[in-house]
Amino acid sequence: MSSPEQWTRPEPGAGPAATAAQPSPEQVIAGLRATAEGGAELTQLLTPEGERQPSRFDPYLADIDDAALRGLYRDMVLVRRADRECNAMQRQGQLGIWVPLLGQEAAQVGSGRALKPQDMAFPSYREHGVAYTRGVDFRELLGIFRCTDHSAWDFREHGFHPYTIVIGNQVLNATGYAMGQKFEGKVGNTDPDGKPSDTDEATIVYFGDGATSQGDVHEGFVWAAVYDAPVVFFCQNNQWAISEPTERQSRLPLYQRARGYGFPGIRVDGNDVLACLAVTRWALDECRHGNGPVLIEAFTYRMDAHTTTDDPTRYRLSDEIEVWKHKDPIERVRVQLARTGAADQEFFDQVQADADAFAAELRDYCFNMPDPPPERIFSAVYAEPSSALDAQREEYLAYLSGFADGGEQ
Amino acid sequence: MAAPVKTTVDNPTSTVRNLTIGKALNLGLRAAMEADDKVIVMGEDVGKLGGVFRITDGLQKDFGEQRVLDTPLAESGIIGTAVGLAVRGFRPVCEIQFEGFIFPGFDQISSQLAKLHYRTQGEIKVPVVIRVPFGGGIGAVEHHSESPESLFAHIAGLRVVSCSNAVDAYWMIQQAIRCDDPVLLFEPKRLYHSAAAKADVDTAASPDPLFASRVVREGSAATLVAYGPSVKVCLDAAAAAREEGTSLEVIDLRTLSPLDLEPVFESVRRTGRLITVSEAQPESSITSEIAARVQQECFFSLEAPVLRVTGFDTPYPPAKLEEHFLPDLDRVLHAVDRALAW
Repeated sequence: MSSPEQWTRPEPGAGPAATAAQPSPEQVIAGLRATAEGGAELTQLLTPEGERQPSRFDPYLADIDDAALRGLYRDMVLVRRADRECNAMQRQGQLGIWVPLLGQEAAQVGSGRALKPQDMAFPSYREHGVAYTRGVDFRELLGIFRCTDHSAWDFREHGFHPYTIVIGNQVLNATGYAMGQKFEGKVGNTDPDGKPSDTDEATIVYFGDGATSQGDVHEGFVWAAVYDAPVVFFCQNNQWAISEPTERQSRLPLYQRARGYGFPGIRVDGNDVLACLAVTRWALDECRHGNGPVLIEAFTYRMDAHTTTDDPTRYRLSDEIEVWKHKDPIERVRVQLARTGAADQEFFDQVQADADAFAAELRDYCFNMPDPPPERIFSAVYAEPSSALDAQREEYLAYLSGFADGGEQ
Repeated sequence: MAAPVKTTVDNPTSTVRNLTIGKALNLGLRAAMEADDKVIVMGEDVGKLGGVFRITDGLQKDFGEQRVLDTPLAESGIIGTAVGLAVRGFRPVCEIQFEGFIFPGFDQISSQLAKLHYRTQGEIKVPVVIRVPFGGGIGAVEHHSESPESLFAHIAGLRVVSCSNAVDAYWMIQQAIRCDDPVLLFEPKRLYHSAAAKADVDTAASPDPLFASRVVREGSAATLVAYGPSVKVCLDAAAAAREEGTSLEVIDLRTLSPLDLEPVFESVRRTGRLITVSEAQPESSITSEIAARVQQECFFSLEAPVLRVTGFDTPYPPAKLEEHFLPDLDRVLHAVDRALAW
């Protein structure tokens, strides 16, 4: 995204037509560069070349030894492999739709692994990698996309709220949840060393760059600020809201918006799993201390379509994708692991074999998923019984049973 | 029958108090907050001011700012955060200042509040109550006199109720808060402080079920069905008709979603005539639904078509015209005459 300073200003008196004109070639190049580079404020701990950079966030990685880094690598490979398998299964007609996360593995695994068991994550609909880090069985995500259910996992057990499909709604829901954590006294219980208590809680909510245009996201920022809610707003800026670029959402880099609401905003390299892990840990700690909220803009890129119904060749430049391929979130960790001798080829082969097995399991599961029975239509509409609905169910089931095959589909 | 109007006893141990609807709601909220510390009242101006209608008067003083939240001014924010609080285990009671301002919150109501239980097959309960002052007759400017309840009754997963008297106001708010489903309580704002709508409320009594309609006046010539502010119009019409020798039965619907129509069917089978009364626009409304269901269930008992006395299919008019828009005693009696003459 270009910054305001880079824009060509119309000459005084040129009138509104000048601002509506097509961008100049210089503006296009400036925008492309800004889109790919993230600017001077970008927090990065692991370069695209796989080199570790010192950072003020290093204390948040004290436990990340070679084994932990291998773990993060494995997480990302498995998540990517599962994502590719689901994309393929959609193409084969086994899933109604798929929402690819290709390219966003570091943002999701890094931030997801920063959470503690007592924290709550509120996803949008692309957070399959976060779900994986929360222990949600990847197979349980499939029901949504095969259209057999709307949400199958136990949200309390995993600390992972159901997916939210309406853009931005979950930001307010998460903020309310975080207000509840605060009202219950689950923040600010520091130990004698000034560190947050092991039981203190925080909430993280995921949304995209497009969602920042929604009123609910703005209102979530307002509520979180005035109630000091322990919520981390984790915006994955993947540069495109279907076909609308970030320039269609904001004149400012998104992380800078936080200042207007009175809390910190930070831009992190969303393709850097270590940076995402460290910065999210810092932000969650701020929340546990009672200093929340915090906005994190994970500067990343959606390498695939918005969903399998989308055709990104209609709206974006192939050059853009080529630039981002060099910033691949998995490849830079692989290089780091290889360069430092923390992993050998046998490890990489084993991870790939695990990932293939993981994908094969998903495929088997998906192909064998039964359709729900028709009474599922009427199930759990209300917490308390509804005789009117019971009557509708009985009438429909009686109608179905009148067929020779008893209504079997 | 309606709770009989008793004479208030000047007895300090008595559990009977003579209350307006507004005061009954206030006491009901207070009782619910005392009974369960997870109950939170939230909305614009509900704290220090006590709400624009003073329904939450004194609650923040007694329960503190963490249980009575003066919120920023955004309805989606109020309802969206209430959903999150409910997921966390709280029981939020949201106040919408006027029904015409609920629409910025419509998305959260229809997309999240109504569907989370279904989406998770019962794992997540969202016991949020939304209090909605509604209806006309207060001479207000635009957006302050509407009757949008049918829009919410159409959303599966929500429960919609309306009170018409102080006894119900006292109990329904408490029952709605205890209910594990999201409940919208439509409150007849023009009756909030009406002396004519005062009633003796026995706070030690056992209330009627929340999701049940009730015969509030027995009669034999025709059945009137209404809810909220229109119940009083119907009761007044029935009293006037009685003087002319016509016996009208009046049913207070109380629950708009789910509808409890068995008492209506039973009544229509006896009287053979039904007139529904509502301030809402008639097309695609709750009264449309009642007419459809009654013709389905009581076809052979009907002596006349179901007639509806309603507002018109227009936006709410400037208030200098609202006396023409709102169903009144004369329009109700005119419909009764038409039904009886069939």
